[in-house]
Amino acid sequence: MTTVNFVHPDGRTQSVEADDGQSAMMVATINGIDEIVAECGGNAMCATCHVYVDPKWVGELGAVSDEEDALLDGVAAERSASSRLSCQIKIAPGLDGLVLRLPDKQI
Amino acid sequence: MAIALADRTPHLDIDPFSMEFFEDPHSAHEVMREAGPLVYLDKWSVYGVARYKEVHAVLNDPATFCSSRGVGLSDFSKEKPWRPPSLILEADPPAHTRTRAVLSRVLSPAVMKQIRDRFATAAEAKVDELIARRSFDAIADLAEAYPLSVFPDAMGLQQHGRENLMPYAGLVFNAFGPPNQLRQDAIERSAPHQAYVQSQCQRENLAPGGFGACIHDRVDAGEITAAEAPLLVRSLLSAGLDTTVNGIGAAIYCLARFPEEWERLRSDPSLARNAFEEAVRFESPVQTFFRTTTRDVDIGGSTVPEGEKVLMFLASANRDPRRWENPERYDITRRTSGHVGFGSGIHMCVGQLVARLEGEVLLAALARKVAAIEISGPVKRRFNNTLRGLDSLPVTFTPA
Repeated sequence: MTTVNFVHPDGRTQSVEADDGQSAMMVATINGIDEIVAECGGNAMCATCHVYVDPKWVGELGAVSDEEDALLDGVAAERSASSRLSCQIKIAPGLDGLVLRLPDKQI
Repeated sequence: MAIALADRTPHLDIDPFSMEFFEDPHSAHEVMREAGPLVYLDKWSVYGVARYKEVHAVLNDPATFCSSRGVGLSDFSKEKPWRPPSLILEADPPAHTRTRAVLSRVLSPAVMKQIRDRFATAAEAKVDELIARRSFDAIADLAEAYPLSVFPDAMGLQQHGRENLMPYAGLVFNAFGPPNQLRQDAIERSAPHQAYVQSQCQRENLAPGGFGACIHDRVDAGEITAAEAPLLVRSLLSAGLDTTVNGIGAAIYCLARFPEEWERLRSDPSLARNAFEEAVRFESPVQTFFRTTTRDVDIGGSTVPEGEKVLMFLASANRDPRRWENPERYDITRRTSGHVGFGSGIHMCVGQLVARLEGEVLLAALARKVAAIEISGPVKRRFNNTLRGLDSLPVTFTPA
């Protein structure tokens, strides 16, 4: 199990245990984190599972694909250099303690 | 090698393309779900999956369950398709990957931001017009009229000939079914609709800036060929209108039948988008699709041989009690993520963002402007081999 810390827009941190191999989007929805809408169910099509990756973790994640990059242009909250779609972040042992900040809107 | 065990797949005498089935699909769905993870339908000699888990698994394994042999009953490796196959719906990777990327970008979240205000303004205008009329048909005058007021213009279509769009889409979705009366009648009457669509897909007939022209622009970027572009425009004309008509019709029918949910929507119009999404789960406007097996494969402990058609019951998966709590309840605050009303995996509806945009802005306008929706006449169903929806839904609006 790998611990993932979701930081709500009000600053509250919610730490959850995740199975390796799951996407961060799945982890959020299983744990009832409502800020992750995930309309398309994890198919990288809707841009409603947007997160801001804590800067010190950005380099630990895989590169952003062209498809994800195009989708990130359409996120509802402001896109930043650390913006990712959580359906494209795969939980792995090296990500224990990952910090993902949740935007205040997805639509 | 040992003699194979007797096939224990339950054989069922259910015709999912019959009028009897269309009258009440839900009880037949339950029979299929409870019979097992895999069933065999003798009427059309096809395998079927009706539980969420198996439907989701088949959708997400395109290497084993291919689309290039057709996503209807007809196997393109044995029969000539009724029209040139779709370059996206009826294609597998790697060919599919390239064409899919083009349509994904033409209909991306960023593009939705640009068209949102226009679609919302048209929704407000349509609702104002219907409030003035009070009583009308919520299918013809709203579920059809609203998408027709925004989608053809967004595509960049000419004014002339638009009356062919709905019959063409009805034909496409009937043609996924077996060679029954619905399919044969649709194909017999198809010539003028096909001629219109073919001509409307050409570059010179599409207004600059529309979805159609944007597809053709990708030819200049070298992403697709000039011969491929019209067929990709055809995909949006086939699947971009009738589906949203039935989705919006489903949402209005749900809100008219579940007054408590309508009250919740009125008190919080920001629920409009999820109210639409839940209607897509609950009614599943696209009921079924087929895949063809590319190898022998195990489903729920039984082996499906190579080259078999597998029918996925999307609507049944969306009401599978193994996956959904109180599946028979229309609940506008349900966490709908994961429903398969738009499919799942690489072929998941490429126009889902357009559908959601139309559904959201229309339901939000209704929630703000209408106090009550009352069904005020006989409800009539429309019959199609793949699409589920109504032919007529007479309603009366009480203004807010």
